[in-house]
Amino acid sequence: MSTLTLTRPLSPATAAVLKAEFTLFRREPGSIFWIMVFPTALFVILGSIPTFREVGEAVPGLRLVDVYVPIAILTALLMACLQAMPPVITGYRERGILRRMSTTPVRPRSVLIAQMALHGAAALVSAVLSVLVGLLVFDVALPEQLFGYGVALVLSVAAALALGALLSAVSRTSKAANAVGAAAFFPMMFSAGLWMPVQTMPDVLARIMELLPFGAAAQALGEAAAGDWPSWSHLGVLALWAVVLTAAAGRWFRWE
Amino acid sequence: MTVIEVADLRKAYSGRPAVDGVGFTVEEGEIFGILGPNGAGKTTTVECIAGLRAPDAGKVRVAGLDPVADHDEVTRILGTQLQESELQAKLTVREALELYSAFYDRPADWRALAERLGLTDKLTTRFAKLSGGQKQRLSIALALIGGPRVVVLDELTTGLDPRARRDTWRLIEEIRASGVTVLLVTHFMEEAQRLCDRIAVIDRGRLAALDTPSGLIRRTAGSTVISFTPSRPLDPADLAGLPGAASTATDARDGRLTVNGTDETVNAVITLLARHRITAHQLRVSDATLDDAFLDLTETSAAPSAAKGVPA
Repeated sequence: MSTLTLTRPLSPATAAVLKAEFTLFRREPGSIFWIMVFPTALFVILGSIPTFREVGEAVPGLRLVDVYVPIAILTALLMACLQAMPPVITGYRERGILRRMSTTPVRPRSVLIAQMALHGAAALVSAVLSVLVGLLVFDVALPEQLFGYGVALVLSVAAALALGALLSAVSRTSKAANAVGAAAFFPMMFSAGLWMPVQTMPDVLARIMELLPFGAAAQALGEAAAGDWPSWSHLGVLALWAVVLTAAAGRWFRWE
Repeated sequence: MTVIEVADLRKAYSGRPAVDGVGFTVEEGEIFGILGPNGAGKTTTVECIAGLRAPDAGKVRVAGLDPVADHDEVTRILGTQLQESELQAKLTVREALELYSAFYDRPADWRALAERLGLTDKLTTRFAKLSGGQKQRLSIALALIGGPRVVVLDELTTGLDPRARRDTWRLIEEIRASGVTVLLVTHFMEEAQRLCDRIAVIDRGRLAALDTPSGLIRRTAGSTVISFTPSRPLDPADLAGLPGAASTATDARDGRLTVNGTDETVNAVITLLARHRITAHQLRVSDATLDDAFLDLTETSAAPSAAKGVPA
């Protein structure tokens, strides 16, 4: 944040929008719970099952609890970007909040950017929480290829935000955004491996999941956690999704 | 000095014209009304002035600037309160005022504005918890916060109770007294008649009339209304033939007659009654209201005949 401020100072108006949206975000206990608490809580519950803490045949050399750290991170990301953010943005459009802002010197774009920044940041805080709880409670090693882990995480955030923006673009009402968000959430969570880690899926299924953004994200994060540089095919799939989803969101987004 | 200039404005949505050649100018310091039935093109006109929509054809200027091309500059001159524009539900009044203050280089003092609009004891209340009148007052405050030269108020009092409506009217007069030009969009005749210096009546995308409220009333056929209950039945045909009579109507319940006409008609009615030795009970002579003028103007364009023959 500080480097960003140094290189390109935020205008007072953009800073005010960010501040106001941050205040509003703190008033949404539901969102805070599902993004920041639930993923780690779920991870702790799963980790307290004894078999999750044993090295099995499912993933060679790893305990399931090790595999579930990236899954908890992706859960937080999808909660933030698919469940929490689209109804907010769609509601702002539906209730004329963006329209009102277009009559001021500030562009409504700044609200969208603030929303994406806040939900992305909340998911990253949740990610750090999952990694720390993994380390402190279940002795899950920190990612060995830290830089590769970071790259995979940043691309995952970009893809998730872009998908959320696309859902906000195509939903006319916040009710619709809720429904569409929930409908997208479950397949995306499946591909990320919430019910069955991608590493344990049958080969054909795993190959298909790797073509989806969060299947590729789960694989890339898993590889980086194990100390390898994430394979370029996974990073490439993730980057391609981020670009395509961003373009689609930009194409279909309506300000009113 | 002209602050808003609209000339031959045209805007169609998927081929259907919403505004079809509207033109008017608003002078500095006036309260200018845009009046018209629902769907007449009022809001589209205002959205073109606010730079939210690009016109298909015609010219719109705010202080000489093009609201679309010079959008940023226009937003500093023009404060806008749009129809059905809400705020974030959990944003408090104070936060909203601070947020919108930050949008402008030299904002008005929001505390003074809150004081003036009676929002001081609501500063910590969230938007969703405000009453309709309070929401509208906050909307006005936000439209004024940039210290604009012109403020656009679209359907400001729709949905307000009569007391809140009257309070809002007083506010609009105060805004003008402080030197801000007001462009008021409404479909309430009483509001337009009470507040506006001049009114543009828009009907089906066209300018039906542009005049002062009293000018609009005067130009309607039948701007004087005579009503009475005759002591015995009177042939409506006799009345219709009187000089200046625009329309006559008989109330089927009590036989009360209403004649719309001119001052000349009043004398003619009295002469007619004297000749037939009829007594007029509860005789009332009143001026038509803007309501009558509006119906006359918008009906005239609906039907070619200007006379409103009301069946008895």
